[in-house]
Amino acid sequence: MNNELTLKITGEAGQGILTIGSVLCKIFKNAGFYLFANNDYMSRIRGGNNFLQLRISDRPLYTLRRDIDITVALDSKSVNMHKEDVSRDGVIILDKKNFNISEESGMFLDIPMYGMAKEIGNELFVNSIACGFLIEMIGIEFRHVDEILRAAFSDKKEDIIKKNIDAAQAGYDFAKDNFKRDTFKIKKGNAKDTLLITANDAIVLGAIAAGCKFYSAYPMSPSTGIMDLMAHYAKKFHIVVEQAEDEIAAINMAIGASYAGVRSMTGTSGGGFSLMVEGLSLAGMTETPIVIYDGQRPGPATGFPTRTEQGDLAFLLSAGHGEFARVIFSPGTIEEAFYLTIKAFNIAEKFQIPVFIMSDQHLADSYRNIKMFDLNKVKVQRYIISKEDSGGIKDYKRYQFTESGISPRAIPSWINDPIYADSDEHTEEGHITEDAGIRTMMVEKRFSRKMAGLSKEIEKPKAFDVKGADCILIGFGSTYGVLKEAKESIKSRNIGFIHLPQVWPFPATEIIELLQGAKKIIVVENNAGAQLTRLLRQETGIKADKSLLKFDGRPFNLDFLIQHIEQEK
Amino acid sequence: MPEVKDLKTNDEIAWCPGCGNFGILSAMKKTIARLDRNPKDIVFVSGIGQAAKLPHYIKCNCFNGLHGRALPVAAAVKMANHTLTVLVSTGDGDCYGEGGNHFIHNIRRNIDITVVVHINQVYGLTKGQASPTTDLGYETKLQPEGVILEPLHSLEMAIAVGAGFVARGYALDLEHLSWLILEGIRYKGFAVIDVLQPCVTFNKKNTFDWYSKRVYKINDDSSYNPQDKIAAFQKASEWGDRIPIGIVYKTEKETYEERSGINKRPPLAEEQIENIDIREVLKEFM
Ligand SMILES: Cc1ncc(C[n+]2csc(CCOP(=O)(O)OP(=O)(O)O)c2C)c(N)n1
Ligand code: SF4
Ligand SMILES: [Mg+2]
Repeated sequence: MNNELTLKITGEAGQGILTIGSVLCKIFKNAGFYLFANNDYMSRIRGGNNFLQLRISDRPLYTLRRDIDITVALDSKSVNMHKEDVSRDGVIILDKKNFNISEESGMFLDIPMYGMAKEIGNELFVNSIACGFLIEMIGIEFRHVDEILRAAFSDKKEDIIKKNIDAAQAGYDFAKDNFKRDTFKIKKGNAKDTLLITANDAIVLGAIAAGCKFYSAYPMSPSTGIMDLMAHYAKKFHIVVEQAEDEIAAINMAIGASYAGVRSMTGTSGGGFSLMVEGLSLAGMTETPIVIYDGQRPGPATGFPTRTEQGDLAFLLSAGHGEFARVIFSPGTIEEAFYLTIKAFNIAEKFQIPVFIMSDQHLADSYRNIKMFDLNKVKVQRYIISKEDSGGIKDYKRYQFTESGISPRAIPSWINDPIYADSDEHTEEGHITEDAGIRTMMVEKRFSRKMAGLSKEIEKPKAFDVKGADCILIGFGSTYGVLKEAKESIKSRNIGFIHLPQVWPFPATEIIELLQGAKKIIVVENNAGAQLTRLLRQETGIKADKSLLKFDGRPFNLDFLIQHIEQEK
Repeated sequence: MPEVKDLKTNDEIAWCPGCGNFGILSAMKKTIARLDRNPKDIVFVSGIGQAAKLPHYIKCNCFNGLHGRALPVAAAVKMANHTLTVLVSTGDGDCYGEGGNHFIHNIRRNIDITVVVHINQVYGLTKGQASPTTDLGYETKLQPEGVILEPLHSLEMAIAVGAGFVARGYALDLEHLSWLILEGIRYKGFAVIDVLQPCVTFNKKNTFDWYSKRVYKINDDSSYNPQDKIAAFQKASEWGDRIPIGIVYKTEKETYEERSGINKRPPLAEEQIENIDIREVLKEFM
């Protein structure tokens, strides 16, 4: 079993899967395990079926597996729904009596958790009982449970805390007395002092470190987590977090704040971004820096609100009428999400353009524990005329022509001259014009000149063992983890792997160089349109041999990917 | 502080000769000359339309954004730097048509900005289609049988939604209009001023003559109390033979700046951002 376990906790919405999930993640981390966890939840508050899938090991993990070693079912429906996914030696922890299940099965581990919970005082304690049971099976000392439960329920009454700990202890003892197998006891790692974090969290922390002081958005999964956490820190870091009346307002507000001199950001998912498109174009025309977060989910229209897809790539590439420079970052890990968010703010301000951070539900909401960020790498670079330098400015022109296409950017009220920003085609001063010559120069300024500058600052593709590979896998965004582990797992052939943390401007020179002499190229994408495959061809002329596509609203998992790559001889 | 002549820009004015917008421009410059502010601390935000061109003709900061989207930009400028005086120049289509949702919600925000809506009862820039305030039955090229949608009662709506400063001016009465705008700017909170602005090219009904015969000043009458909401509703609904101008409704309210507390801090734009320390919050993830 390669010293790893895949677990699943499943039940109805409202049964506290999220709480027990977060408690378990903390216990595993505290005990030294590395983990990867993903919530699979339905777009409803009660009923249905929700589950948390969790993989633990002594080494860092980057993705999920298909087959589940231990499933904890909190209701009878979950047993039937998840039976199919149980691994060869896997088990389902259940309460047969409570679920009215009479069937016998080698995979069932029957524990009267509901009865035990009632004895302690309330059915709600089943979560803690199951938690204790699981912990014992895996071979974790009880003290970790005690420590984490106390912290998790610190806002609750002492009585409640004690009962939860008693419940966990009861589950733990039950496993010890009745389940005498070492099958699931695996070796721990040294992950205790890691950050347990999602990419959404990392993006918020990156934005704060980068000096973001204004965040306006309209709630939409899976971007809402960003706004929530930003609001949580708003007071501490003096950030205005504004719930706008709609996404149109959200992006226009971010632009307004930026015009007034503040680093600003907005975030949404595809549907909301559809409403923002004219505003995107406004940022391009007025040369106002903004950072836009797109947490992708499956469309069209409302699609799958709580699921994942990489279907917005082509949309972000072309969104907004007219031609103007933009950058699209596509982080593949939580670490990359943090550092690229900081870069996004610096690049947006330097080039006075909109910059995207493109993520998806899978990356946004999955937990991993990672090494502490290297804060020495956080560099806030400013590209405005400082307040001190503003005094001496005369005859200011907001859109002054320059070689780079970038005009010095002054902040209203810091300089004595007025600043005119305009969404109409405009003169260097920012007044409306219909002059053909000025138009041509302005398009070159906003588009070609800036693109030329941006192509020198591309976040380079990450390449692993591509030279001499029998087959090269290419992906962007959230597929990083699954591709990395697939590459490392397949031993029968030499597999190379390229991850793109930036898809626009496209790193054409680097990619052409990397793919020189490639025997076989497989592009892996969580969409139906092979959007990256097409972009690759458009920008480099290189035609991939195959696009491995998945668009069922679920992320790739390691086993699925390995199986498909091995079929490709 | 500037005189009116200092506020002129070199930009060529693109309005038809005789347009009501010239009156609003003059009144606006008068107001700014009276206002005890350096123009560098004033920001005009506008959308798209004839009205929205106005900021180009005044030497103050200007953000000329998208059709209908002046208000979110203006609100955010104020949030980013609450020491600025923020004014919005917008048309009746810009503000009440394309941008209607922002109008409602910025009243709720009660952010301290002043919104001047040019009411020409048509879409001027796009050549004369009906606007949300066009009178019922008025014929345009696009509405050859006459408009069949009822006009929006914008001032009643503003009062109903909760605006604390609601006024109407007339583009031909510069002194009165300049006073109204000054009062609107001095008012702490969201101030809306509808200005009757004849479009000499596309509105053949609501002309200077038509308005001049009808407008009367409500604040000259000491029995009119703009703090009386019910009376204000009645005044706001008056349209036809007599059209009231002046401060229709005025009440004190807590502003966005006060509720959010941003007024007690230096402007966001002046925050030091080079060395923000996130070490402490990272501990929450340990
Ligand atoms: C999104 C969008 N839709 C339509 C237009 C075309 N358009 C420009 S101004 C305008 C109406 C202007 O009317 P109003 O706001 O009343 O201003 P006026 O010209 O009458 O002062 C329209 C429809 C546009 N610029 N943008
Ligand atoms: S079309 Fe009407 S509103 Fe526009 S400038 Fe001419 S007169 Fe004024
Ligand atoms: Mg109009």
